[in-house]
Amino acid sequence: MSIAVVVFPGTNCEHDIVHALSLVGADTDLVWHTDANLAGADGVILPGGFAHGDYLRTGAIARFSPVMSEVARLADSGVPVLGICNGFQILCEAGLLPGALVANADLKFICRPIHLRVESTDSVLTRAADVGQVLQVPLNSFEGNFVADDINRIETGDDVVLRYCDSSGDVTSSGNPNGSTNAIAGITNGARNVAGLMPHPERASEAILGSTDGMVLVESFVESVRMATV
Amino acid sequence: MTAKEQPAHIQLGMTDGEYQRVIDVLGREPLAAELAMYSVMWSEHCSYKSSRTHLGRFTSEQPWVVVGPGENAGVVDLGDGWLAALRIESHNHPSFVEPYQGAATGVGGILRDIFTMGARPVGVWDPLRFGPLDEPHNRYLFEGVVSGIAGYGNAVGVPTLGGEVEFADRFAKNPLVNVMALGLLKKEQLVLSAASGVGNKAILLGNATGRDGIGGASILASASFEEGDEEKRPNVQVGDPFEEKKLIEACLDLYERGLVVAIQDLGAAGISCATSEVAGNGGMGMDVDLNRVHVREHDMTPGEILMSESQERMLAIVTPENEAEVLQLADRWEIEASTIGEVTEGPQLRVFADGELVAEVPAASLADDAPKYQRPMERPTDLDDLWADMPPTPVGENVANLLRRLLDDPALGDRSWISDQYDHMLFLNTVIEPGHNGSLMRIKGTTKGLAVSTDGDSFRTWLDPRRGAARIVFEAALNVAVTGARPYAVVDNLNFGNPENPEVMWQLSESIEGMALACDELDLPVVGGNVSLYNQTDGVDIYPAPVVGMLGFCDPMPLTPPRLDRAEEGMTIWVIGPEVENDFAGSAYDRVVNGAVRGRPTDVEGDVARRSIAAAASLAYTVPVLHDVSAGGLAVALAEIAIKSDIGFIIDGLGSAELLDETPLRVIALTPEDELTTGEPHRRIGTMTGSLLDFGDAGSISIAEARAVWANAIPRRMH
Repeated sequence: MSIAVVVFPGTNCEHDIVHALSLVGADTDLVWHTDANLAGADGVILPGGFAHGDYLRTGAIARFSPVMSEVARLADSGVPVLGICNGFQILCEAGLLPGALVANADLKFICRPIHLRVESTDSVLTRAADVGQVLQVPLNSFEGNFVADDINRIETGDDVVLRYCDSSGDVTSSGNPNGSTNAIAGITNGARNVAGLMPHPERASEAILGSTDGMVLVESFVESVRMATV
Repeated sequence: MTAKEQPAHIQLGMTDGEYQRVIDVLGREPLAAELAMYSVMWSEHCSYKSSRTHLGRFTSEQPWVVVGPGENAGVVDLGDGWLAALRIESHNHPSFVEPYQGAATGVGGILRDIFTMGARPVGVWDPLRFGPLDEPHNRYLFEGVVSGIAGYGNAVGVPTLGGEVEFADRFAKNPLVNVMALGLLKKEQLVLSAASGVGNKAILLGNATGRDGIGGASILASASFEEGDEEKRPNVQVGDPFEEKKLIEACLDLYERGLVVAIQDLGAAGISCATSEVAGNGGMGMDVDLNRVHVREHDMTPGEILMSESQERMLAIVTPENEAEVLQLADRWEIEASTIGEVTEGPQLRVFADGELVAEVPAASLADDAPKYQRPMERPTDLDDLWADMPPTPVGENVANLLRRLLDDPALGDRSWISDQYDHMLFLNTVIEPGHNGSLMRIKGTTKGLAVSTDGDSFRTWLDPRRGAARIVFEAALNVAVTGARPYAVVDNLNFGNPENPEVMWQLSESIEGMALACDELDLPVVGGNVSLYNQTDGVDIYPAPVVGMLGFCDPMPLTPPRLDRAEEGMTIWVIGPEVENDFAGSAYDRVVNGAVRGRPTDVEGDVARRSIAAAASLAYTVPVLHDVSAGGLAVALAEIAIKSDIGFIIDGLGSAELLDETPLRVIALTPEDELTTGEPHRRIGTMTGSLLDFGDAGSISIAEARAVWANAIPRRMH
């Protein structure tokens, strides 16, 4: 079992997610964006950073990188695919997830731990978590504000997997750091094998970093890959 | 006479005497391109011509110093093959002219200094100075600078772990933007900037050369500001963090494969500086063909190509056998590269354009023959009056009421408005994030930790440059000690006014003396520094603002180092260190409450400093909370603990004078039991409990109210 971690020029969180995955014994391969072959990958992660400098619009150039057609093919065939932060933005831009991420409501970059509530466990990102579970995980983005034209379909399809909340798990306006519609922090596609989230689970992977709450999300993905491989 | 009618060297910021010196070096009148090169390389910014004579006071001799001042960054040994590279720089003038790009390119420049040494940059810290936030223009500068640091630092993929900030009128028209960076490398990856090997190739890597930033260093950073200098905006470079990110990865890959003989980043004076330095450092010469430089615009003159300060460029020296592989790797990392020259026997640096020789100068002369001035110094005439006017001691005051004002000060209140805009977590090394004392980072795969604190105290360095500067070294040392680290190496940034003012030169000299004395007391090597002069606008000099960047090192690193948010109900509060000695000169109390900066700051004995620092570094392995007492005294330090831990306290028997006193080298320690083991003088002053900041007879305030004031100190001014 091996998870491909895609590296675009400007990606910067690839080693961090590899580190978190190694904590649960997952094998990983760093794949450069011009490598159009992901034949050996049982799962794919698009990590955080600033792919192609985020120039034009986040993900707008990255979606045309040669590797993306292969990511789309794997996603279509049911392979678990996860986008974290910039990776989420790229998946939305590539049409593998609905919606888009626009500038934070207060037009400032936000880097701090926030709280998330697990809304659905029917996804490759939340399989090992419990509905209602509250996680403290760092956010690190300027364009983290989720919007979508078909927000009702996303809500009624149970496609929201994580929502921003306060420390006691209540979804409040003060618990929503960036103005995301319905406080949406993470979603899945209809087939439930592609997921994306703005916060960084790998940054909450060890007690010495302040929280281990992100590991349940990392474990969920690894478990999903293992199940899909069997 | 208008600028256009002046002789060329005057337009380029050179004096008649300096021009004559160029003629003496060359034995003839310089060509246009040559004059351009000397004007930049001999500028204050590049040559330190006013300060060099004083900088010899610093020592860098310690067994753990691998590379001292003079290279792109200082390097120290961390054991087991690990090295750390550190450096500090200023981008003051560009940030006043264009705050976002000025600050952004400051970050980009310092990072290149770090990865030029073979190190991966792992952290950035930003000491900042602005005018008061009540003025809209100061808010514009503050907001622009912070977002410039965030915009570049976050996108380039290097965490910004902290810094510090002060606000004062004297900085309104001359804000300060200093940037410190830290890098990590293994011993075998260390690269230096001395070319060797006749016939080796000089390859220019990275961004295309354009017209941006021409004269940035000589004209912008080496002269005072006058009304209307926003017109200098075209002199500010524009940063491209994406290009730099690719350049970092490409260079680190080249080092790992052992393909680089020497490398030099392009900063001030661009190609002219980089080629002359790399050749001169190695005692070699170089032939450079400007037609081979990849440019952004095709009608640039040779002088413009030589002088351009376009960002994100490096000059690598590689053997002819490796040239093809280097160019291929550049292509792999999607950066541009062109072979622009060749190392020669020397000593001449020869520059060609269109087959013509446009410059031929002794490579080393641009650095070695730079003028060096022994500028006149004079103790400020108003100093005696300032010293005589000691602030009143606040006896019998209601500390709770005073805290409402102190915590509302933007330099004392919550600074997360700044640090939340910085990615301070990337690489998963951040153990103590911004908002505590020093930052603490782990080195993954080892038991080692690195702590960093940047500190300055413009008010005290104005009142007494020697004592003030010594105190910032001690404070920075204490800030890393409370994380468990031993103070290990220093870089300094000397921000001062116009050196042609004898009082400013006196401040500079005294500050250097104070910092050097303190470093000597702590056996601390100064491994690098930067001098920024001419911080003067409309005839007003800034407060003298030396800043130190302190690196601390610990092995093993404490696994649960003290934090301000680890206080719990029932913990005992202790103060460790010297008795208070009525330290209110330059204090936050006098500045915020009385609106005054006056008096003479107290001196610190080296022995007291050494003992307090050692005690703190040792306690950091056992106590949950350890906090140095600085601006705002015990009152503010205790309030920070209460707010961050969400637990109140009761303080027994301390009056307002003791609670606000800023006698340095003291720390607050919290212990779960009612005992504390330390060889230093210590005193129990209270207990953590409840939801009030209770100072007994000196008043009380709820945590909720204190937090609201503290949290809004910056936001309420920015909206």
